[in-house]
Amino acid sequence: MRILATYLIGLIFGLGISISGMANPAKVLNFFDVAGTWDPSLIFVMGGAVIVAFIGYRFVLKRPTGPILDRKFLVPSSNVIDLKLIGGSLVFGVGWGIAGFCPGGALPALGTGRIEVIVFTAALVAGIFAARFLMHFRRPTAPTQA
Amino acid sequence: METEFTPLVSAFGGVLIGTASVLLMLFMGRIMGATGILAGLFSPASREDFYWRAAILAGMVSAPLAYLAVMGQMPAVQVPVSTPMLLIGGFIVGIGVTFGSGCTSGHGVCGMARLSPRSITATISFMIGTGITVFVIRHVIGG
Repeated sequence: MRILATYLIGLIFGLGISISGMANPAKVLNFFDVAGTWDPSLIFVMGGAVIVAFIGYRFVLKRPTGPILDRKFLVPSSNVIDLKLIGGSLVFGVGWGIAGFCPGGALPALGTGRIEVIVFTAALVAGIFAARFLMHFRRPTAPTQA
Repeated sequence: METEFTPLVSAFGGVLIGTASVLLMLFMGRIMGATGILAGLFSPASREDFYWRAAILAGMVSAPLAYLAVMGQMPAVQVPVSTPMLLIGGFIVGIGVTFGSGCTSGHGVCGMARLSPRSITATISFMIGTGITVFVIRHVIGG
């Protein structure tokens, strides 16, 4: 049941990405190219997604019984705004501006079988592991695995 | 490379993205963040945790085929970026989203919808980062 539900949710997300243009780097990069071949479409993607999620979350998160197929809502509770958050996000933005893919755009696009998406995603995973490695050494007090 | 302005189609895609986010919270109590779902796949909390992450990724990857079945063609993926730049960009994205704890879906959609100060800060930060990068590549370096 969990497998079927999450598969279908992934399918809906992927269709949204495919239809909206988020899987298309040319369109994504043009959104940011205000001084050149500007295409403001992506603000409509974000607008549509945020409005639906804003309204939907109001109802869903009020459920006293929690989610249907799990024990509780796992919503981030941290309010810490630090250099890690801002710096990390800025760095992400630089990478997004270079490649034109963000993770949510690339993962569904893998289904097109295009080599460019596979190349990007492989580098993305490598970057995630590299960052974990760096974090590991930045926090020597963190518990380490023997 | 010019692309066509598609406000209605893009908004409809956005509505689907938002719907998937709400459904994942309703059924699984989770944030629909591509970074979190992907990263968690490599260090799942349990076998169950691995299964739902794999299932949602399988759903995402099958979306272009469903699109093909209905529309008669694959969704457009135009990549005006060289392979080395895709590798460099992808690697930088991986580092950034790990330190920043999220990407466009997790912070930009789900976090913004929750009015999370962290996610609003992150979204503004990466939008600035992307905007400056695209400007530099296309108008300063590229000219």
